[in-house]
Amino acid sequence: MSTPATDIATYNFAYLDEQTKRMIRRAILKGIAIPGYQVPFASREMPMPYGWGTGGVQVTAAIIGPDDVLKVIDQGADDTTNAVSIRAFFQKVADVAVTTETAKATIIQTRHRIPEHPLTGGQTLVYQVPIPEPLRFLEPRETETRKMHALEEYGLMHVKLYEDIARHGRIATTYAYPVKVEGRYVMDPSPTPKFDNPKMHMSPALQLFGAGREKRIYAVPPFTKVVSLDFEDHPFEIQTFDQPCALCGAEQVYLDEVILDDKGGHMFVCSDTDHCETRQACGHRGHLSPDILETAR
Amino acid sequence: MTDEPLLRVTALSKYYGSRIGCEDISFDLWPGEVLAIVGESGSGKTTLLNCLATRLLPTSGTASYRMRDGQWRDLYRMSEAERRFLMRTDWGFVHQNPADGLRMTVSAGANVGERLMAVGDRHYGNIRSTAVDWLSRVEIGEERIDDEPRAFSGGMRQRLQIARNLVTGPRLVFMDEPTGGLDVSVQARLLDLLRGLVTDLGLAAIVVTHDLAVARLLSQRMMVMKNGHVVEAGLTDRVLDDPRAPYTQLLVSSILQV
Repeated sequence: MSTPATDIATYNFAYLDEQTKRMIRRAILKGIAIPGYQVPFASREMPMPYGWGTGGVQVTAAIIGPDDVLKVIDQGADDTTNAVSIRAFFQKVADVAVTTETAKATIIQTRHRIPEHPLTGGQTLVYQVPIPEPLRFLEPRETETRKMHALEEYGLMHVKLYEDIARHGRIATTYAYPVKVEGRYVMDPSPTPKFDNPKMHMSPALQLFGAGREKRIYAVPPFTKVVSLDFEDHPFEIQTFDQPCALCGAEQVYLDEVILDDKGGHMFVCSDTDHCETRQACGHRGHLSPDILETAR
Repeated sequence: MTDEPLLRVTALSKYYGSRIGCEDISFDLWPGEVLAIVGESGSGKTTLLNCLATRLLPTSGTASYRMRDGQWRDLYRMSEAERRFLMRTDWGFVHQNPADGLRMTVSAGANVGERLMAVGDRHYGNIRSTAVDWLSRVEIGEERIDDEPRAFSGGMRQRLQIARNLVTGPRLVFMDEPTGGLDVSVQARLLDLLRGLVTDLGLAAIVVTHDLAVARLLSQRMMVMKNGHVVEAGLTDRVLDDPRAPYTQLLVSSILQV
């Protein structure tokens, strides 16, 4: 690989050395071959703390090429610390083009959201995963959870959902909602809101999951069945919102609550900032959009 | 009752290095029969039970189990997946300490329902009504269904553990000192309950205990173990009323009379 024309020639392209990238690519290929299976890999120290996306960064570093266009989002936003620093990191060590537009990106590294704009074939979504093991909080022994995956013993996953209904009258799990991939492995889709679970099903994009601290990589290849677990009499459902986005008026999107003052004022806005800005540029307005407020004044 | 046993054990031995866990144990267990294994601490009764329940692999010997379809299977040649499936459907294991057999951080209802969900039950309402039914059969009130076992007394935990094991209608239950650590009145109630359930459901059970009274109440047949060997075996009443081996005579005569 060529070295980027900067003064940090001491770094290999995309920070990791080629042997490390090979090792990670092997793990990724194995993950793709066995959808939903957690492949162990020799996670490296990255120049950022665990929990900041070291797994996702390693996956991105292993697959990125000079022609790629990178988008990084953190809870749907392109402009938060985590997203800005990871984007800057890859600009510096790989000299790749970056974008905030979902449609233009070839690789999207994400923490906790799938963009609202539908993904297409050829795009790769890289998730940063804190805890890859869906059974972890029910069964603390790693030896046991691996055995349960191997023998397809997933009754325990429903125990968690049972507990939800017994306590709250409905399935109260809203994020990291367990899914079954291609009818075999139960997978934790990382802490994405369950709103995004249906988008993983039969997605034309490749989805890769990297957990740096836990040293696991798993994958959902394009057009793979991803089914959220549920009960016959308590079927899976996604979050709904009473009002549209306050800035762009979008409905059927995932909204974040933003506190406006200390008197209880709040608004709901798109969690996907790129989606919101694109809609506003097209002339869509919500009831708290600056233009509307200007006119009202 | 059929004319074939449920479990057939032949020359089973387990060594821990050069020490003997249990040696050359052979017996048949018939459907609906309760077998007590008695002996002092360190006599190898728990080792034997763990070997039978495939929680330990024996050093030599075989144990065959007649599956629901009538096929005989060698327990130690089954794949792990089959063994684990057997353990959560056709078998039960009641631990001495309920915390070992229960999930202490999920509700009583989920503890009972776990086996149902593990065999593919996906209807919340059905799972819950089955759980209510089983809790009432072990004398736990319906209003406690959403409480965690941590909030239960020792006796209730033990009864919950029994319900959790029996919910899939097993044919064979292993019990390791089921009344250990319980006071006498709670013990008496639990024994009464167990005896009722075993008779109603036609369960076969292997009960390990050091308490001869438990053996007398629950079992039809018993084996007395010492230093890893069976020193005497026979009908419970015969062994207790007319012990032949010197060790059994000692054991029976050391029961405290109140």
